[in-house]
Amino acid sequence: MVKNDTPTGPTAIEVRNLAFHYGASQALFDINIAIPARQVTALIGPSGCGKSTFLRTLNRMNDIIPGVRVEGDILIDNENIYRDKIDVVRLRKRVGMVFQKSNPFPKSIFENVAYGPRIHGMNDKGQLGEIVEQSLRQAALWDEVKDRLGNNAVGLSGGQQQRLCIARALAVQPEILLMDEPASALDPKSTARVEDLIDELKTKYTIVIVTHNMQQAARVSDWTAFFYEGRLVEYGRTKRVFTNPKEKQTEDYITGRFG
Amino acid sequence: MGRDRAIQIGFVGIASSSILVVALIFLFLFKEAAPFAKHPGLAALLDNQWIPVSFQKERFGILPLAAGTVLVTAIAMLVSVPLSALAAVYIAEVAHPLEREILKPFIELLASIPSVVLGFFGLVVLAPLIKQFFGLNTGLNALTGGLLLALMAIPTIVSVSEDAINSVPATYRNGSMALGASRMQTIWRVVVPAALPGILGAVMLGTGRVIGETMAVLMVTGNAALITANPLSPVRTMTASIAAEMGEVPFGSIHYQALFWVGIVLLLITFGLNFIARRISVRYGMMR
Repeated sequence: MVKNDTPTGPTAIEVRNLAFHYGASQALFDINIAIPARQVTALIGPSGCGKSTFLRTLNRMNDIIPGVRVEGDILIDNENIYRDKIDVVRLRKRVGMVFQKSNPFPKSIFENVAYGPRIHGMNDKGQLGEIVEQSLRQAALWDEVKDRLGNNAVGLSGGQQQRLCIARALAVQPEILLMDEPASALDPKSTARVEDLIDELKTKYTIVIVTHNMQQAARVSDWTAFFYEGRLVEYGRTKRVFTNPKEKQTEDYITGRFG
Repeated sequence: MGRDRAIQIGFVGIASSSILVVALIFLFLFKEAAPFAKHPGLAALLDNQWIPVSFQKERFGILPLAAGTVLVTAIAMLVSVPLSALAAVYIAEVAHPLEREILKPFIELLASIPSVVLGFFGLVVLAPLIKQFFGLNTGLNALTGGLLLALMAIPTIVSVSEDAINSVPATYRNGSMALGASRMQTIWRVVVPAALPGILGAVMLGTGRVIGETMAVLMVTGNAALITANPLSPVRTMTASIAAEMGEVPFGSIHYQALFWVGIVLLLITFGLNFIARRISVRYGMMR
Protein backbone atom coordinates (compact mmCIF):
# COMPACT_ATOMS: atom_id res chain seq x y z
CA MET A 1 0.00 0.00 0.00
CA VAL A 2 1.60 3.17 -1.16
CA LYS A 3 1.05 6.30 0.87
CA ASN A 4 2.04 9.04 -1.45
CA ASP A 5 1.64 12.72 -1.96
CA THR A 6 -0.76 13.32 0.89
CA PRO A 7 -2.58 16.64 0.43
CA THR A 8 -0.94 19.47 2.31
CA GLY A 9 -3.82 21.99 2.38
CA PRO A 10 -6.89 21.78 4.61
CA THR A 11 -8.52 18.36 4.70
CA ALA A 12 -12.27 18.06 4.23
CA ILE A 13 -12.68 14.35 4.88
CA GLU A 14 -10.33 12.14 6.80
CA VAL A 15 -10.89 8.39 6.47
CA ARG A 16 -9.09 5.95 8.76
CA ASN A 17 -9.09 2.16 8.59
CA LEU A 18 -12.50 2.04 6.97
CA ALA A 19 -14.00 -1.40 6.34
CA PHE A 20 -17.45 -2.03 4.98
CA HIS A 21 -19.58 -5.17 4.91
CA TYR A 22 -22.76 -6.02 3.06
CA GLY A 23 -24.02 -8.87 5.21
CA ALA A 24 -21.38 -11.57 4.93
CA SER A 25 -19.39 -10.06 2.09
CA GLN A 26 -16.84 -7.35 2.65
CA ALA A 27 -16.84 -4.54 0.13
CA LEU A 28 -14.13 -2.25 1.49
CA PHE A 29 -10.85 -3.14 3.19
CA ASP A 30 -8.81 -0.82 5.37
CA ILE A 31 -9.28 2.43 3.48
CA ASN A 32 -7.13 5.37 4.56
CA ILE A 33 -7.45 8.61 2.67
CA ALA A 34 -7.45 12.35 3.27
CA ILE A 35 -9.65 14.25 0.86
CA PRO A 36 -8.55 17.88 0.40
CA ALA A 37 -10.98 20.75 0.84
CA ARG A 38 -12.22 22.73 -2.16
CA GLN A 39 -10.59 20.46 -4.69
CA VAL A 40 -11.90 17.71 -6.92
CA THR A 41 -11.05 14.15 -5.98
CA ALA A 42 -11.86 11.43 -8.50
CA LEU A 43 -12.52 7.83 -7.47
CA ILE A 44 -11.68 5.44 -10.29
CA GLY A 45 -11.54 1.70 -10.73
CA PRO A 46 -13.31 -1.17 -12.46
CA SER A 47 -16.95 -2.05 -11.74
CA GLY A 48 -17.45 -3.57 -8.33
CA CYS A 49 -14.20 -2.19 -6.94
CA GLY A 50 -15.99 -0.42 -4.11
CA LYS A 51 -15.64 3.17 -5.27
CA SER A 52 -19.40 3.85 -5.23
CA THR A 53 -19.77 2.07 -1.89
CA PHE A 54 -16.98 4.24 -0.53
CA LEU A 55 -18.65 7.38 -1.87
CA ARG A 56 -21.89 6.42 -0.16
CA THR A 57 -20.21 5.87 3.20
CA LEU A 58 -19.37 9.57 3.19
CA ASN A 59 -23.00 10.69 3.59
CA ARG A 60 -24.17 7.42 5.14
CA MET A 61 -26.46 6.64 2.23
CA ASN A 62 -25.56 2.98 2.70
CA ASP A 63 -27.53 3.10 5.95
CA ILE A 64 -30.70 2.65 3.93
CA ILE A 65 -29.62 -0.85 2.91
CA PRO A 66 -30.38 -3.44 5.58
CA GLY A 67 -27.55 -5.58 6.94
CA VAL A 68 -24.59 -3.27 6.34
CA ARG A 69 -21.75 -2.86 8.81
CA VAL A 70 -19.09 -0.17 8.97
CA GLU A 71 -15.78 -0.23 10.83
CA GLY A 72 -13.19 2.50 11.12
CA ASP A 73 -13.54 6.26 11.23
CA ILE A 74 -14.63 8.97 8.86
CA LEU A 75 -14.01 12.48 10.10
CA ILE A 76 -15.65 15.52 8.62
CA ASP A 77 -14.84 18.77 10.43
CA ASN A 78 -13.21 16.66 13.13
CA GLU A 79 -16.51 14.92 13.76
CA ASN A 80 -16.69 11.16 13.47
CA ILE A 81 -19.75 10.65 11.30
CA TYR A 82 -20.27 7.05 12.38
CA ARG A 83 -19.86 7.69 16.07
CA ASP A 84 -20.60 10.65 18.29
CA LYS A 85 -24.36 10.10 17.93
CA ILE A 86 -24.27 12.22 14.82
CA ASP A 87 -27.49 13.48 13.28
CA VAL A 88 -27.71 11.91 9.80
CA VAL A 89 -30.03 14.68 8.63
CA ARG A 90 -27.43 17.31 9.50
CA LEU A 91 -24.68 15.21 7.93
CA ARG A 92 -26.53 14.92 4.63
CA LYS A 93 -27.24 18.62 4.69
CA ARG A 94 -23.48 19.19 4.83
CA VAL A 95 -22.61 16.42 2.39
CA GLY A 96 -24.78 16.69 -0.72
CA MET A 97 -25.07 14.03 -3.37
CA VAL A 98 -25.71 13.85 -7.10
CA PHE A 99 -26.65 10.47 -8.53
CA GLN A 100 -25.68 8.63 -11.67
CA LYS A 101 -29.16 8.79 -13.10
CA SER A 102 -30.68 12.23 -12.78
CA ASN A 103 -33.60 11.94 -10.42
CA PRO A 104 -35.57 15.17 -10.26
CA PHE A 105 -38.79 14.84 -8.30
CA PRO A 106 -41.96 14.92 -10.38
CA LYS A 107 -42.57 18.48 -9.23
CA SER A 108 -41.99 21.89 -10.76
CA ILE A 109 -38.44 23.11 -11.37
CA PHE A 110 -38.85 25.61 -8.55
CA GLU A 111 -40.17 23.02 -6.10
CA ASN A 112 -37.32 20.65 -6.91
CA VAL A 113 -34.71 23.20 -5.87
CA ALA A 114 -36.80 24.52 -2.97
CA TYR A 115 -37.36 21.01 -1.60
CA GLY A 116 -34.15 20.84 0.43
CA PRO A 117 -34.48 24.25 2.09
CA ARG A 118 -38.16 23.53 2.77
CA ILE A 119 -37.55 20.25 4.58
CA HIS A 120 -34.93 22.01 6.67
CA GLY A 121 -37.58 24.44 7.79
CA MET A 122 -37.43 27.42 5.45
CA ASN A 123 -40.86 28.70 4.45
CA ASP A 124 -40.24 32.33 3.57
CA LYS A 125 -41.27 32.79 -0.06
CA GLY A 126 -38.79 35.57 -0.80
CA GLN A 127 -35.86 33.75 0.73
CA LEU A 128 -36.79 30.52 -1.06
CA GLY A 129 -36.97 32.40 -4.35
CA GLU A 130 -33.50 33.82 -3.78
CA ILE A 131 -32.01 30.43 -2.92
CA VAL A 132 -33.63 28.83 -5.94
CA GLU A 133 -32.26 31.49 -8.28
CA GLN A 134 -28.82 31.41 -6.72
CA SER A 135 -28.65 27.61 -6.84
CA LEU A 136 -29.83 27.46 -10.43
CA ARG A 137 -27.28 30.11 -11.38
CA GLN A 138 -24.51 28.14 -9.68
CA ALA A 139 -25.60 25.05 -11.59
CA ALA A 140 -25.52 27.06 -14.86
CA LEU A 141 -29.18 26.34 -15.49
CA TRP A 142 -30.85 29.63 -14.57
CA ASP A 143 -30.85 31.18 -18.03
CA GLU A 144 -32.44 28.11 -19.57
CA VAL A 145 -35.27 27.74 -17.08
CA LYS A 146 -35.90 31.16 -15.55
CA ASP A 147 -39.07 31.67 -17.62
CA ARG A 148 -40.57 28.30 -16.77
CA LEU A 149 -39.82 27.63 -13.14
CA GLY A 150 -43.37 26.37 -12.71
CA ASN A 151 -43.01 23.66 -15.34
CA ASN A 152 -42.60 20.06 -14.36
CA ALA A 153 -38.91 19.16 -14.10
CA VAL A 154 -39.54 15.86 -15.85
CA GLY A 155 -39.92 17.83 -19.11
CA LEU A 156 -36.28 18.97 -19.07
CA SER A 157 -33.60 17.31 -21.17
CA GLY A 158 -31.27 14.75 -19.58
CA GLY A 159 -28.41 17.22 -19.19
CA GLN A 160 -30.71 19.90 -17.77
CA GLN A 161 -32.18 17.39 -15.33
CA GLN A 162 -28.73 16.51 -14.04
CA ARG A 163 -27.83 20.18 -13.60
CA LEU A 164 -31.16 20.62 -11.81
CA CYS A 165 -30.15 17.82 -9.44
CA ILE A 166 -26.87 19.63 -8.83
CA ALA A 167 -28.80 22.85 -8.13
CA ARG A 168 -31.07 20.92 -5.79
CA ALA A 169 -28.07 19.62 -3.88
CA LEU A 170 -26.50 23.10 -3.72
CA ALA A 171 -29.70 24.65 -2.37
CA VAL A 172 -29.12 23.19 1.10
CA GLN A 173 -25.67 24.85 1.09
CA PRO A 174 -23.47 21.79 1.61
CA GLU A 175 -19.72 21.92 2.14
CA ILE A 176 -19.07 18.71 0.27
CA LEU A 177 -20.62 17.44 -2.93
CA LEU A 178 -20.53 13.74 -3.78
CA MET A 179 -21.09 12.83 -7.41
CA ASP A 180 -21.72 9.26 -8.49
CA GLU A 181 -20.89 9.12 -12.21
CA PRO A 182 -22.89 12.29 -12.78
CA ALA A 183 -22.30 12.39 -16.52
CA SER A 184 -22.40 8.73 -17.47
CA ALA A 185 -25.94 8.94 -18.86
CA LEU A 186 -25.37 12.20 -20.73
CA ASP A 187 -24.44 13.06 -24.30
CA PRO A 188 -20.96 14.56 -24.93
CA LYS A 189 -22.20 18.15 -25.02
CA SER A 190 -24.08 17.85 -21.74
CA THR A 191 -21.11 16.03 -20.25
CA ALA A 192 -18.85 18.93 -21.16
CA ARG A 193 -21.24 21.34 -19.47
CA VAL A 194 -21.32 19.29 -16.28
CA GLU A 195 -17.52 19.08 -16.30
CA ASP A 196 -17.19 22.85 -16.71
CA LEU A 197 -19.62 23.20 -13.86
CA ILE A 198 -17.53 20.96 -11.60
CA ASP A 199 -14.56 23.17 -12.38
CA GLU A 200 -16.47 26.27 -11.26
CA LEU A 201 -17.97 24.62 -8.19
CA LYS A 202 -14.66 23.53 -6.72
CA THR A 203 -13.86 27.10 -5.73
CA LYS A 204 -16.60 26.79 -3.09
CA TYR A 205 -17.15 23.10 -2.53
CA THR A 206 -15.15 19.97 -1.87
CA ILE A 207 -16.07 17.58 -4.65
CA VAL A 208 -15.69 13.82 -4.68
CA ILE A 209 -16.61 12.25 -8.00
CA VAL A 210 -16.88 8.62 -9.02
CA THR A 211 -16.24 8.09 -12.71
CA HIS A 212 -15.72 5.27 -15.13
CA ASN A 213 -14.31 7.62 -17.66
CA MET A 214 -10.52 7.96 -17.46
CA GLN A 215 -10.41 11.11 -19.59
CA GLN A 216 -13.03 12.67 -17.41
CA ALA A 217 -11.09 11.89 -14.26
CA ALA A 218 -7.98 13.36 -15.86
CA ARG A 219 -9.84 16.47 -17.01
CA VAL A 220 -11.81 17.44 -13.93
CA SER A 221 -9.93 16.18 -10.89
CA ASP A 222 -6.98 17.44 -8.86
CA TRP A 223 -6.59 14.19 -6.96
CA THR A 224 -7.22 10.62 -8.04
CA ALA A 225 -7.85 7.53 -5.96
CA PHE A 226 -7.67 4.15 -7.67
CA PHE A 227 -9.77 1.39 -6.09
CA TYR A 228 -9.44 -2.27 -6.88
CA GLU A 229 -11.26 -5.19 -5.25
CA GLY A 230 -12.34 -3.12 -2.28
CA ARG A 231 -8.90 -1.66 -1.56
CA LEU A 232 -7.43 1.76 -2.17
CA VAL A 233 -4.49 0.88 -4.39
CA GLU A 234 -3.09 4.29 -5.19
CA TYR A 235 -3.89 7.86 -4.32
CA GLY A 236 -2.18 11.01 -5.45
CA ARG A 237 -2.22 14.09 -7.61
CA THR A 238 -4.16 13.32 -10.76
CA LYS A 239 -1.36 14.40 -13.05
CA ARG A 240 1.12 12.18 -11.26
CA VAL A 241 -1.19 9.15 -11.05
CA PHE A 242 -1.96 9.33 -14.74
CA THR A 243 1.54 10.04 -16.01
CA ASN A 244 3.62 8.14 -13.49
CA PRO A 245 1.60 5.50 -11.62
CA LYS A 246 3.56 3.72 -8.92
CA GLU A 247 1.49 0.59 -8.84
CA LYS A 248 1.31 -1.94 -11.64
CA GLN A 249 -2.47 -2.39 -11.21
CA THR A 250 -3.01 1.35 -11.55
CA GLU A 251 -0.95 1.48 -14.69
CA ASP A 252 -2.77 -1.50 -16.20
CA TYR A 253 -6.14 0.03 -15.47
CA ILE A 254 -5.29 3.50 -16.71
CA THR A 255 -3.79 2.21 -19.91
CA GLY A 256 -6.89 0.15 -20.52
CA ARG A 257 -5.43 -3.31 -20.03
CA PHE A 258 -8.39 -4.23 -17.84
CA GLY A 259 -11.51 -2.61 -16.42
CA MET B 1 -45.00 -6.58 -44.55
CA GLY B 2 -48.29 -8.23 -45.42
CA ARG B 3 -48.23 -10.34 -42.31
CA ASP B 4 -47.25 -7.42 -40.09
CA ARG B 5 -50.23 -5.55 -41.37
CA ALA B 6 -52.57 -8.48 -40.79
CA ILE B 7 -51.33 -8.89 -37.22
CA GLN B 8 -51.70 -5.18 -36.63
CA ILE B 9 -55.26 -5.21 -37.89
CA GLY B 10 -55.94 -8.21 -35.67
CA PHE B 11 -54.70 -6.35 -32.60
CA VAL B 12 -56.62 -3.20 -33.46
CA GLY B 13 -59.71 -5.37 -33.81
CA ILE B 14 -59.23 -6.99 -30.42
CA ALA B 15 -58.48 -3.67 -28.77
CA SER B 16 -61.52 -1.98 -30.26
CA SER B 17 -63.86 -4.82 -29.34
CA SER B 18 -64.16 -3.30 -25.86
CA ILE B 19 -65.35 -0.06 -27.43
CA LEU B 20 -67.85 -2.08 -29.41
CA VAL B 21 -69.14 -3.79 -26.28
CA VAL B 22 -69.63 -0.46 -24.51
CA ALA B 23 -71.39 0.92 -27.55
CA LEU B 24 -73.65 -2.13 -27.74
CA ILE B 25 -74.56 -1.82 -24.07
CA PHE B 26 -75.56 1.79 -24.61
CA LEU B 27 -77.51 0.88 -27.73
CA PHE B 28 -79.35 -1.90 -25.97
CA LEU B 29 -80.21 0.27 -22.97
CA PHE B 30 -81.51 3.04 -25.20
CA LYS B 31 -83.52 0.63 -27.28
CA GLU B 32 -85.38 -0.65 -24.24
CA ALA B 33 -85.74 2.76 -22.70
CA ALA B 34 -86.66 4.73 -25.81
CA PRO B 35 -90.48 4.52 -25.84
CA PHE B 36 -90.51 6.31 -22.48
CA ALA B 37 -89.33 9.46 -24.24
CA LYS B 38 -92.57 9.66 -26.25
CA HIS B 39 -94.87 8.72 -23.44
CA PRO B 40 -94.83 9.90 -20.69
CA GLY B 41 -91.86 12.00 -21.88
CA LEU B 42 -88.39 12.48 -20.41
CA ALA B 43 -89.58 15.31 -18.17
CA ALA B 44 -91.25 12.64 -16.05
CA LEU B 45 -87.78 11.44 -14.98
CA LEU B 46 -87.18 14.80 -13.33
CA ASP B 47 -90.07 14.31 -10.92
CA ASN B 48 -89.03 14.53 -7.30
CA GLN B 49 -90.69 11.26 -6.35
CA TRP B 50 -90.30 7.64 -7.34
CA ILE B 51 -93.67 5.86 -7.00
CA PRO B 52 -93.63 3.37 -9.85
CA VAL B 53 -96.76 1.50 -8.72
CA SER B 54 -99.76 3.56 -7.64
CA PHE B 55 -103.52 3.69 -7.82
CA GLN B 56 -103.47 7.40 -8.45
CA LYS B 57 -100.52 8.43 -10.53
CA GLU B 58 -97.23 6.63 -11.10
CA ARG B 59 -94.20 8.83 -10.69
CA PHE B 60 -90.78 8.07 -12.10
CA GLY B 61 -88.45 10.74 -10.70
CA ILE B 62 -84.88 9.43 -10.73
CA LEU B 63 -83.77 12.24 -8.44
CA PRO B 64 -84.58 10.51 -5.12
CA LEU B 65 -82.72 7.39 -6.25
CA ALA B 66 -79.76 9.40 -7.45
CA ALA B 67 -79.78 11.30 -4.16
CA GLY B 68 -79.71 7.99 -2.32
CA THR B 69 -76.78 6.77 -4.36
CA VAL B 70 -74.88 10.02 -3.88
CA LEU B 71 -75.46 10.07 -0.12
CA VAL B 72 -74.46 6.46 0.44
CA THR B 73 -71.43 6.80 -1.85
CA ALA B 74 -70.34 10.01 -0.17
CA ILE B 75 -70.47 8.38 3.26
CA ALA B 76 -68.62 5.32 2.02
CA MET B 77 -65.86 7.40 0.41
CA LEU B 78 -65.55 9.76 3.36
CA VAL B 79 -64.84 6.76 5.54
CA SER B 80 -62.84 4.53 3.20
CA VAL B 81 -60.55 6.98 1.36
CA PRO B 82 -58.59 8.34 4.33
CA LEU B 83 -58.45 4.93 6.01
CA SER B 84 -57.33 3.14 2.87
CA ALA B 85 -54.78 5.75 1.85
CA LEU B 86 -53.16 5.68 5.27
CA ALA B 87 -53.25 1.89 5.34
CA ALA B 88 -51.62 1.75 1.91
CA VAL B 89 -48.86 4.17 2.95
CA TYR B 90 -48.29 2.18 6.11
CA ILE B 91 -48.13 -1.17 4.35
CA ALA B 92 -45.95 0.06 1.51
CA GLU B 93 -43.55 2.34 3.36
CA VAL B 94 -43.55 1.81 7.09
CA ALA B 95 -44.54 -1.75 7.90
CA HIS B 96 -41.95 -4.36 8.69
CA PRO B 97 -41.80 -6.96 5.87
CA LEU B 98 -43.27 -9.54 8.24
CA GLU B 99 -46.19 -7.26 9.09
CA ARG B 100 -46.73 -6.72 5.38
CA GLU B 101 -46.87 -10.47 4.79
CA ILE B 102 -49.71 -10.72 7.29
CA LEU B 103 -51.62 -7.50 6.59
CA LYS B 104 -51.82 -7.70 2.82
CA PRO B 105 -53.52 -11.08 2.46
CA PHE B 106 -56.08 -10.16 5.11
CA ILE B 107 -57.01 -6.93 3.43
CA GLU B 108 -57.25 -8.69 0.11
CA LEU B 109 -59.36 -11.41 1.71
CA LEU B 110 -61.87 -8.70 2.59
CA ALA B 111 -62.33 -8.09 -1.13
CA SER B 112 -63.27 -11.68 -1.76
CA ILE B 113 -66.20 -11.77 0.67
CA PRO B 114 -69.42 -11.91 -1.39
CA SER B 115 -71.43 -8.74 -0.96
CA VAL B 116 -74.54 -10.65 0.11
CA VAL B 117 -72.58 -12.11 3.01
CA LEU B 118 -71.39 -8.65 3.97
CA GLY B 119 -75.07 -7.68 3.72
CA PHE B 120 -75.89 -10.25 6.38
CA PHE B 121 -73.20 -8.81 8.56
CA GLY B 122 -74.68 -5.35 8.02
CA LEU B 123 -78.15 -6.60 8.83
CA VAL B 124 -77.43 -8.46 12.05
CA VAL B 125 -74.38 -6.61 13.42
CA LEU B 126 -73.98 -3.14 11.98
CA ALA B 127 -77.64 -2.07 11.76
CA PRO B 128 -78.52 -2.95 15.39
CA LEU B 129 -75.36 -1.19 16.57
CA ILE B 130 -76.24 1.98 14.69
CA LYS B 131 -79.85 1.79 15.81
CA GLN B 132 -78.74 1.58 19.42
CA PHE B 133 -76.00 4.16 19.18
CA PHE B 134 -78.21 6.86 17.68
CA GLY B 135 -81.43 5.74 19.37
CA LEU B 136 -83.29 5.22 16.10
CA ASN B 137 -86.39 3.22 15.20
CA THR B 138 -84.42 1.30 12.62
CA GLY B 139 -80.76 0.79 11.85
CA LEU B 140 -81.46 0.39 8.16
CA ASN B 141 -80.31 3.72 6.76
CA ALA B 142 -77.78 5.54 4.59
CA LEU B 143 -75.09 5.46 7.27
CA THR B 144 -75.26 1.69 7.65
CA GLY B 145 -75.16 1.28 3.89
CA GLY B 146 -72.29 3.71 3.58
CA LEU B 147 -70.22 2.00 6.27
CA LEU B 148 -70.82 -1.39 4.75
CA LEU B 149 -69.81 -0.10 1.33
CA ALA B 150 -66.72 1.48 2.82
CA LEU B 151 -65.77 -1.97 4.01
CA MET B 152 -66.05 -3.18 0.42
CA ALA B 153 -64.12 -0.27 -1.07
CA ILE B 154 -61.20 -0.45 1.37
CA PRO B 155 -59.46 -3.54 -0.03
CA THR B 156 -59.65 -2.22 -3.59
CA ILE B 157 -58.32 1.21 -2.68
CA VAL B 158 -55.61 -0.15 -0.37
CA SER B 159 -54.26 -2.69 -2.78
CA VAL B 160 -54.25 -0.45 -5.87
CA SER B 161 -52.80 2.49 -3.90
CA GLU B 162 -50.12 0.29 -2.45
CA ASP B 163 -49.11 -0.81 -5.93
CA ALA B 164 -48.94 2.85 -6.96
CA ILE B 165 -46.73 3.70 -3.98
CA ASN B 166 -44.48 0.72 -4.61
CA SER B 167 -43.98 1.73 -8.21
CA VAL B 168 -42.51 5.10 -7.21
CA PRO B 169 -38.86 4.75 -8.27
CA ALA B 170 -36.31 4.26 -5.50
CA THR B 171 -34.29 7.10 -7.04
CA TYR B 172 -36.88 9.61 -5.74
CA ARG B 173 -36.50 8.25 -2.23
CA ASN B 174 -32.70 8.30 -2.47
CA GLY B 175 -32.76 11.84 -3.84
CA SER B 176 -34.85 13.00 -0.94
CA MET B 177 -32.86 11.14 1.72
CA ALA B 178 -29.59 12.48 0.30
CA LEU B 179 -30.88 16.02 0.86
CA GLY B 180 -31.28 15.23 4.53
CA ALA B 181 -35.01 14.50 4.53
CA SER B 182 -36.32 12.17 7.20
CA ARG B 183 -38.23 9.06 6.25
CA MET B 184 -41.58 10.69 7.00
CA GLN B 185 -40.70 13.82 5.03
CA THR B 186 -39.69 11.62 2.12
CA ILE B 187 -42.95 9.67 2.30
CA TRP B 188 -45.29 12.66 2.55
CA ARG B 189 -43.49 15.13 0.32
CA VAL B 190 -42.08 12.93 -2.42
CA VAL B 191 -43.44 9.39 -2.48
CA VAL B 192 -47.12 10.08 -1.90
CA PRO B 193 -47.31 13.04 -4.33
CA ALA B 194 -45.56 10.93 -6.95
CA ALA B 195 -48.04 8.11 -6.40
CA LEU B 196 -51.03 10.46 -6.33
CA PRO B 197 -52.36 9.70 -9.83
CA GLY B 198 -52.31 6.01 -8.95
CA ILE B 199 -53.97 6.62 -5.60
CA LEU B 200 -56.61 8.70 -7.37
CA GLY B 201 -57.18 5.84 -9.78
CA ALA B 202 -57.60 3.54 -6.79
CA VAL B 203 -60.18 5.89 -5.28
CA MET B 204 -62.05 5.96 -8.58
CA LEU B 205 -62.04 2.18 -8.77
CA GLY B 206 -63.35 2.07 -5.22
CA THR B 207 -66.04 4.63 -6.02
CA GLY B 208 -67.02 2.58 -9.04
CA ARG B 209 -67.42 -0.47 -6.90
CA VAL B 210 -69.47 1.46 -4.33
CA ILE B 211 -71.80 3.04 -6.88
CA GLY B 212 -72.35 -0.25 -8.65
CA GLU B 213 -72.86 -2.31 -5.51
CA THR B 214 -76.40 -3.64 -5.26
CA MET B 215 -77.08 -6.48 -2.86
CA ALA B 216 -75.57 -5.10 0.33
CA VAL B 217 -77.21 -1.70 -0.03
CA LEU B 218 -80.50 -3.32 -0.92
CA MET B 219 -80.33 -5.20 2.37
CA VAL B 220 -79.32 -2.42 4.73
CA THR B 221 -80.38 1.00 3.47
CA GLY B 222 -84.07 0.74 4.28
CA ASN B 223 -85.18 1.33 0.69
CA ALA B 224 -87.23 4.48 1.06
CA ALA B 225 -86.92 6.69 -2.00
CA LEU B 226 -86.40 10.00 -0.21
CA ILE B 227 -84.43 13.06 -1.17
CA THR B 228 -82.36 13.70 1.93
CA ALA B 229 -78.93 14.57 3.16
CA ASN B 230 -79.49 13.01 6.55
CA PRO B 231 -77.26 9.95 6.93
CA LEU B 232 -79.62 8.52 9.53
CA SER B 233 -82.55 8.47 7.13
CA PRO B 234 -83.41 5.41 5.07
CA VAL B 235 -82.59 5.87 1.41
CA ARG B 236 -82.88 3.92 -1.78
CA THR B 237 -80.09 3.74 -4.32
CA MET B 238 -80.40 3.44 -8.07
CA THR B 239 -78.91 -0.03 -8.20
CA ALA B 240 -81.12 -1.30 -5.39
CA SER B 241 -84.22 -0.02 -7.20
CA ILE B 242 -83.32 -1.81 -10.38
CA ALA B 243 -82.52 -5.04 -8.55
CA ALA B 244 -85.62 -4.93 -6.38
CA GLU B 245 -88.14 -3.96 -9.04
CA MET B 246 -86.86 -5.51 -12.25
CA GLY B 247 -88.08 -8.98 -11.34
CA GLU B 248 -91.69 -7.94 -10.85
CA VAL B 249 -92.18 -5.32 -13.49
CA PRO B 250 -94.31 -6.19 -16.57
CA PHE B 251 -92.02 -6.53 -19.58
CA GLY B 252 -92.11 -3.42 -21.78
CA SER B 253 -94.24 -1.37 -19.40
CA ILE B 254 -93.54 2.26 -18.60
CA HIS B 255 -92.11 1.22 -15.25
CA TYR B 256 -89.81 -1.23 -17.08
CA GLN B 257 -88.60 1.54 -19.35
CA ALA B 258 -88.11 3.86 -16.41
CA LEU B 259 -85.79 1.31 -14.79
CA PHE B 260 -83.73 1.29 -17.97
CA TRP B 261 -83.43 5.04 -17.71
CA VAL B 262 -82.14 4.58 -14.21
CA GLY B 263 -79.52 2.26 -15.67
CA ILE B 264 -78.57 4.83 -18.30
CA VAL B 265 -78.17 7.57 -15.69
CA LEU B 266 -76.04 5.21 -13.60
CA LEU B 267 -73.83 4.53 -16.59
CA LEU B 268 -73.51 8.26 -17.32
CA ILE B 269 -72.50 8.96 -13.73
CA THR B 270 -69.73 6.36 -13.85
CA PHE B 271 -68.57 7.71 -17.22
CA GLY B 272 -68.52 11.20 -15.76
CA LEU B 273 -66.46 10.04 -12.79
CA ASN B 274 -63.96 8.34 -15.06
CA PHE B 275 -63.67 11.45 -17.17
CA ILE B 276 -63.06 13.64 -14.13
CA ALA B 277 -60.48 11.23 -12.76
CA ARG B 278 -58.65 11.33 -16.07
CA ARG B 279 -58.67 15.11 -16.14
CA ILE B 280 -57.34 15.34 -12.61
CA SER B 281 -54.54 12.88 -13.21
CA VAL B 282 -53.52 14.78 -16.34
CA ARG B 283 -53.61 18.12 -14.52
CA TYR B 284 -51.62 16.90 -11.55
CA GLY B 285 -49.87 14.44 -13.83
CA MET B 286 -46.83 13.43 -11.90
CA MET B 287 -46.14 10.35 -13.93
CA ARG B 288 -42.86 10.10 -15.74
